[in-house]
Amino acid sequence: MLPRPTSHSKALGPGVAGPELAVATSAVLDRPPQPGAHLPLSGAAPCAVDPAALGDPRQHTKYPYVTGTSVLAIKYKDGVLVGCDTLGAYGSTKRYKNTQRIVRVNSKCVVAAGGEISDFQYISNLLDELTTDDYRTDDGIELTPAEVYAYLCRVMYNRRNKFDPLWNSLVVAGVGPGSNGEGGSAFVGMVGMIGTHYTDSHVTTGFANQLARPLFRERQRDDMSEEEALQLMYDALKVCYYRDKCSINKFQIAKVTGEGGVSISEPFALDMRWDYKMFAQPTKWAVGAW
Amino acid sequence: MSGIGTGYDLSATTYSPDGKIFQTEYAQKAVDNSSTVIGLRCKDGVVLACEKLVLSKLLVEGSNRRIHNVDRHVGVAVAGLAPDGRMVANRAWDEASSYKRVYGEPIPGHVLCERVGSYVHMFNLYWSLRPYGATLLLATYDKNGPALYAVDPSGSSLRYFGTAVGKGRQAAKNEIEKLKLAEMSCREAVVEAVKILHKVHDEDGKKFELEVSWICDESNKQHQRVPAELLADAERQAKAALEDSDMDD
Repeated sequence: MLPRPTSHSKALGPGVAGPELAVATSAVLDRPPQPGAHLPLSGAAPCAVDPAALGDPRQHTKYPYVTGTSVLAIKYKDGVLVGCDTLGAYGSTKRYKNTQRIVRVNSKCVVAAGGEISDFQYISNLLDELTTDDYRTDDGIELTPAEVYAYLCRVMYNRRNKFDPLWNSLVVAGVGPGSNGEGGSAFVGMVGMIGTHYTDSHVTTGFANQLARPLFRERQRDDMSEEEALQLMYDALKVCYYRDKCSINKFQIAKVTGEGGVSISEPFALDMRWDYKMFAQPTKWAVGAW
Repeated sequence: MSGIGTGYDLSATTYSPDGKIFQTEYAQKAVDNSSTVIGLRCKDGVVLACEKLVLSKLLVEGSNRRIHNVDRHVGVAVAGLAPDGRMVANRAWDEASSYKRVYGEPIPGHVLCERVGSYVHMFNLYWSLRPYGATLLLATYDKNGPALYAVDPSGSSLRYFGTAVGKGRQAAKNEIEKLKLAEMSCREAVVEAVKILHKVHDEDGKKFELEVSWICDESNKQHQRVPAELLADAERQAKAALEDSDMDD
């Protein structure tokens, strides 16, 4: 029924009387703004950009400020391993040595990020809201890693389309539904800041793409044992520390398995050797050296 | 009953000559006729327990939820009209999540209770809206410790050590008064709550289910249904206690 002008007193309640009733309106079109009633509370907001800023042709995120470096993730027999260091670099300065770049989403999934730490904190908040939504419906169903991955793909791609990217390379890793720990339903995927995404048995971001990927290609198998997988991860982290300027010898490894759930280790250091002869004169035998 | 409020009970905006708002009182009656819900605040947390009458054999066990998670640290049990209670619980969720978004920390219990109370009260102010026919028992555990609040259809919200609403509330409150809640742990309180519900249940042979939840140190300060073994154990103890007292009689 369309509202008609009435002689009721306004004290009777909202929408009962007043000048707004004198105009013929369409109840369908003139609704109060419903922020995506079919979307979860965190549906549209992460993909939206401040409208006042859209009028400005400048990009918003031009440079990242506090950044994390590479992230590595591999599948193994019981699940997945994710490793990265705990550095938040401010340009060349190794400023924050205690950042945790791996975040637990739920009992089946972790997300880790390289790139701008503040954007990753925002993404962690979004994931926290999604998980609390799940917790509230209380039906025993949690977001699977594939769903978290698909969600983050959309967020990153839509932000990129608005010229305001979240400056992160995200790694999503976990075990899928119905998993009893076999590698078959382990999940490892990467989402980049422009929305590029892929899933594979092993995934790396940043410098690890060049440094660790050859090691993974050679040694990673989906049915590796945990000791083999850990050893591979340690070797890859070591290489990244040796060759990446913006990294520190303080790492965290997250393990997600079907039975054990998520466990993120305490930060640890690896044995490093700096007395290799090749380090002393690295270009001694290079072409053109003297 | 029909003659009591004649003429003064048609709208929530009409007082009766003796100062009552009958619509609110009738909403309260809707709560009083529902099945019993009790809440107990112990030294390490809060326990909420609902007696649910099984309306039909065709219902899947565990459906018709009366206890809702509002946030990780807040749980709500509903007595009265279930859909009304669900609306208020949804509002509580909106309040909790918007507080978290603005202030960055989980909503404190007393703030949430006040917001829910104001919301429910609003429905007692206008002619075009009817009061919610539901009482909510809020169990919260924030940095000030565990707390139990009850918000009734008039919008008033009070903090309790232990309370009961619904059909068996008088008998249940008598039982609760005998308990020493300040020294009890939540584990023990679950057993006591189940015992009380079994005791005050009307013995007309109707089957009933229990829905019990807690929020305590043992549950990591998160609101969740009690573990199945604890509930089964509590039911066993409750039935044994009932038989004992039957034999005494």
